[in-house]
Amino acid sequence: MTDSPWYHGIMLILMMIAFIGLWIWAWSRKRKKEFHEASLLPLEEDDGNIPVEENEKD
Amino acid sequence: MTYNDKISRQFAVMTVVWGIVGMLVGVLIAAQLWIPALNFDVPWLSYGRLRPLHTNAVIFAFGGCALIGTSFYVVQRTCHVRLFAEKLASFVFWGWQLVIVAAAITLPLGITQGKEYAELEWPIDVLIAVVWVAYAVVFFGTIAKRRVGHIYVANWFYGAFILTIAILHIVNNLALPVTPTKAYHIYTGSVDALVQWWYGHNAVGFFLTAGFLGMMYYFVPKQAEGPVYSYRLSIVHFWALIAIYMWAGPHHLHYTAMPDWIQSLGMVFSLILLAPSWGGMINGIMTLSGAWHKLRTDPILKFMIVGLSFYGMSTFEGPMMSIKTVNALSHYTDWTIGHVHSGALGWVAMMTIGATYTMMPRLVGEKEMYSVKAIDLHFWVSTIGVVFYVASMWIAGVMQGLMWRAFNDDGTLTYTFIETIAATKPYYAIRLLGGILVVAGMLIMAWNTWKTMAGKRPEPVPAADPVY
Repeated sequence: MTDSPWYHGIMLILMMIAFIGLWIWAWSRKRKKEFHEASLLPLEEDDGNIPVEENEKD
Repeated sequence: MTYNDKISRQFAVMTVVWGIVGMLVGVLIAAQLWIPALNFDVPWLSYGRLRPLHTNAVIFAFGGCALIGTSFYVVQRTCHVRLFAEKLASFVFWGWQLVIVAAAITLPLGITQGKEYAELEWPIDVLIAVVWVAYAVVFFGTIAKRRVGHIYVANWFYGAFILTIAILHIVNNLALPVTPTKAYHIYTGSVDALVQWWYGHNAVGFFLTAGFLGMMYYFVPKQAEGPVYSYRLSIVHFWALIAIYMWAGPHHLHYTAMPDWIQSLGMVFSLILLAPSWGGMINGIMTLSGAWHKLRTDPILKFMIVGLSFYGMSTFEGPMMSIKTVNALSHYTDWTIGHVHSGALGWVAMMTIGATYTMMPRLVGEKEMYSVKAIDLHFWVSTIGVVFYVASMWIAGVMQGLMWRAFNDDGTLTYTFIETIAATKPYYAIRLLGGILVVAGMLIMAWNTWKTMAGKRPEPVPAADPVY
């Protein structure tokens, strides 16, 4: 089966769909809030709060 | 509920200790290549036995302790929960140290499987497998009982590293034991070579890349005090990187008995790897966008950004060297050694050092290391050392490749092999100097570690509240 050109062609298309689908999923508006909150996790101090910088102006 | 930081403290200290030991062995064998008499005719000090000791010590002892220690710190902080199965975590620490000591004894004795980066004989391999499964239970158990809805991207990278190393290690070391110090592998011939480099290159891809990217995705935002440049890019980065790395191994076997199509497959996947690698590098570096001024004053960020720059350079160089016609020149020369150390000393060690300097004071309830000036000194000594090392090996490697393939008009070789070695000698001296500088930097780090951690008995840190 794996010798068939059809197999290679179909696999290629499936992989492309998976890859493009991943981009669409990651860039969708629905994920924006969740991703933003997740991206703040490393900034938390040990108590779970994010310190506010005093000199935000620079 | 509090966090278990003791385990990360233990691993952090051993990261520094094994870093010094592993790099010192590297300096000794670098000196032997320059002055061969430095093996003193002692079998245990011969190059062939110490070279695997060096690679095992820096990758699995230095890198391993750094990865396990930081992963336990990161997974607790980003999941707002205490470590799962702590006794097992303690077993991971002591078991891993036992593996390292066993390696340090058996390799100089000449007890080896002869597989690169998988030299340790079967009883030690069994111990590694047991320790690694325990590590996986602790890490994934902690994820399972997390008190934060989302699993932060760093944990995905750490998780991929843990899972893949378990599979690689077990499959590549399948063997039939005949004595306590000798086993025969179940693979033979070119199948053995293919399995070995599937293992070998994915040790690079998942141990030395995915694991340290996990470190990068937590500690670079932490130190830069801003979120990662693009979180959604980090997700595409993750899936693209782990899907493609698996197939790149055959580039280690160009122009061998391996079928031609497998060599081409390895080359093509290596070329594609440039895209996710640079995606991750750009994501890491751009995290500093809007905060570039911090590079002027924060030597820890310098370590991280220079580390990421070396990551970008070596992940450009790697795909280039996997092209068959380039490989025809570069393979078996010191160019490969230069490439590996641009990745290992530039990327892996610098990211480790930066992350450790970020984590260590927090583990003992301090804001920063005892001496920030010493971190700056370490940065410059280390960076100059790496540049000496890598540049000398690049020059030496290209020179060797060109000399080996030079022909006279009558078809005979222009140079004898010993002439190419004589021509390389000055570069071996420069490389030795670079290595000495890197070790000197690690000694500065050891002093700073001592000053920061000695005698501290920090209170346990309460875990953060659940967030769903």
